[in-house]
Amino acid sequence: MSTQSSVVTSATELRAYAPTADLTVSPPPSRIERARPRTGTSPDNLRTEPGPIRFIIIALAVTFLSVFVVLPLVVVFASAFSKGIGAYLTALGEPEALAAIKLTLLVAAISVTLNLVFGIIAAWAIAKFDFTGKTFLITLIDLPFSVSPVISGLVFVLLFGAQGFFGTWLQANDIHILFAVPGIALATIFVTFPFVARALIPLMQEQGTQEEEAAISLGASGLQTFFRVTLPNIKWGLLYGVLLCNARAMGEFGAVSVVSGHIRGETNTMPLLVEILYNEYQFVASFAIASLLAMLALITLVVKTVLERRLDEGQEPSDH
Amino acid sequence: MTIEVKNIVKKFGSFAALDNVDLKVDQGELLALLGPSGSGKTTLLRIIAGLDWPDAGEVLIDGENALARGASERHVGFVFQHYALFRHMTVFENVAFGLRVQPRAIRKDEATIRARVKELLDLVQLDWLSDRYPSQLSGGQRQRIALARALAIEPRILLLDEPFGALDAKVRKELRQWLRSLHNEIHVTSIFVTHDQEEALEVANRVVVMDKGRIEQIGSPGEVYDNPATAFVHGFIGESIVLPVDVSGGSVRLGGRPLNIAANGAASGASKLFVRRHDMQIGPAGSGSLEGAVRHVRSFGPIQRAEVALSGGEGKTIIEIDAPRDRELQAGEIVSLQPRRYRIFAAHD
Ligand SMILES: Nc1ncnc2c1ncn2[C@@H]1O[C@H](COP(=O)(O)OP(=O)(O)OP(=O)(O)O)[C@@H](O)[C@H]1O
Ligand SMILES: [Mg+2]
Repeated sequence: MSTQSSVVTSATELRAYAPTADLTVSPPPSRIERARPRTGTSPDNLRTEPGPIRFIIIALAVTFLSVFVVLPLVVVFASAFSKGIGAYLTALGEPEALAAIKLTLLVAAISVTLNLVFGIIAAWAIAKFDFTGKTFLITLIDLPFSVSPVISGLVFVLLFGAQGFFGTWLQANDIHILFAVPGIALATIFVTFPFVARALIPLMQEQGTQEEEAAISLGASGLQTFFRVTLPNIKWGLLYGVLLCNARAMGEFGAVSVVSGHIRGETNTMPLLVEILYNEYQFVASFAIASLLAMLALITLVVKTVLERRLDEGQEPSDH
Repeated sequence: MTIEVKNIVKKFGSFAALDNVDLKVDQGELLALLGPSGSGKTTLLRIIAGLDWPDAGEVLIDGENALARGASERHVGFVFQHYALFRHMTVFENVAFGLRVQPRAIRKDEATIRARVKELLDLVQLDWLSDRYPSQLSGGQRQRIALARALAIEPRILLLDEPFGALDAKVRKELRQWLRSLHNEIHVTSIFVTHDQEEALEVANRVVVMDKGRIEQIGSPGEVYDNPATAFVHGFIGESIVLPVDVSGGSVRLGGRPLNIAANGAASGASKLFVRRHDMQIGPAGSGSLEGAVRHVRSFGPIQRAEVALSGGEGKTIIEIDAPRDRELQAGEIVSLQPRRYRIFAAHD
């Protein structure tokens, strides 16, 4: 572990390492963009560069990926198991670690569920209806992607903090939002809102309203239409959005850090605990938790690949 | 069941897609709605089905105000322009859909539903496809499944929006005969949209011709063809020769030269003379009111189609006429032409 402390020297740098789940969490590319290479020029047609240049480009890409993605992953697992598997399991069995895992799962469950519902509603509204302010709504959905997570967290501090907008009222009624589970959940919901909506909007826009209209004219009620026609048509896209939403919810650091208050055993999520343990020189414990997040990232990656394949199959034109 | 549409107005912004449309469809009738693209055919069907709402007017289905009900309660079978089959369901489940979503109180048991679906698939002659998905069907097969699906709910009326629009000519022809005989069998009141005039004339009992959100004429196929009510209908149904003429005091002139035909009560002023291609009588030079040089002749089947450049008048007017083959025409020959049957409409459009 002597080399490792020279690699990582401060908490700020650790941030680049610790919430490894971030590896997979970028805004979902629009389905249309991803589908394009299937119909456009095939990669073979692009092989016009001479051999050496091609080699250099590929080598650069591979090196870059190794240094910035594979290496950190290896370091995380190597550090986690540096004192053997026994120490690793002990570290994960600590009450503080268990509390963090539980809290992370709880927050992820809450925010994924709510964002699932909000995401479907927002995507439905945007894809299937025309109304004034639609463009504004689309922009608004992307807002969490364009502001720094720390700012997102701060917004909730400004709203619910002791000096905040609702602060006095909350205190008078003894309601705890900040430095408690509701605050963490709110911040996470905010940060992860775009994933489901962004995965669904292009899909629903492409499918249009024809099948829904057919269902209604055949006598189906609104709910029957949704569960029998709309939902089955978007299920893979929905799973895709939920998967990314979940990965981000579990891995979120910045926004949660601001609203959590870092109360040990109570308001520390896994990414927060990784940082705390690391700052206390408990490297094995720190990286043991980080390894869980890294595994989540890897699983997410695999499932995502499978889902993308499903989505592309679902794209096959069905009525022309 | 009858359908009655009264003074329907439908606007998209300030554009009137339907402008005071009035229509009555009788029990068991197969009515064709014919018109160019954008004339409001789909919009009218959607309003009858309850998928769109008019800005003004009434829709009565069997004498009952349909606008008081949503689409799911109207029991209207709708076959969409692009089929709109449920892509994640098999053919069987597509057809069964309308039966499965019925309120529990009247829903049939599984065995009855299966038997009914089988019966419908037999009717459209596609029972062997019941386990396929829509993406695995040809266009004509999808169309027939869409029809079976609409029929499953035993609709009070059936609306077909360009059901054969996306198919090739041969399949269209087969399907339209098939639809005709199917309608003879089940006799459900139906409206059938098309922009193909031949299709409308062949399939329907009555034809409604629409243009720019208005109904131009309603009549039997024979009536709209032989007695077009407006210039638009004459031009739209069947090929016509159109000549700009002047009517004054009962005489008709083309480019200043009098034509030997009666004005038939047409108002004085700039007008248009409409003649069907085969209604131009061809005679030796000097025998008719129009004269021209044959430029080109093509013969096929029982007719010969000749391109004739009319002489006189300003500029060169070239028309195409159909003549029987009993007298072979030669390119370069000067012939005279006399309209046998014709119509004169005011030239304001
Ligand atoms: N949702 C809409 N918003 C705005 N304009 C519309 C809408 N739907 C239809 N229109 C307009 O109303 C007019 C009639 O459309 P409609 O779809 O009824 O035509 P159609 O006769 O069915 O044509 P086609 O033969 O091409 O299917 C068109 O000019 C169209 O642009
Ligand atoms: Mg249409």
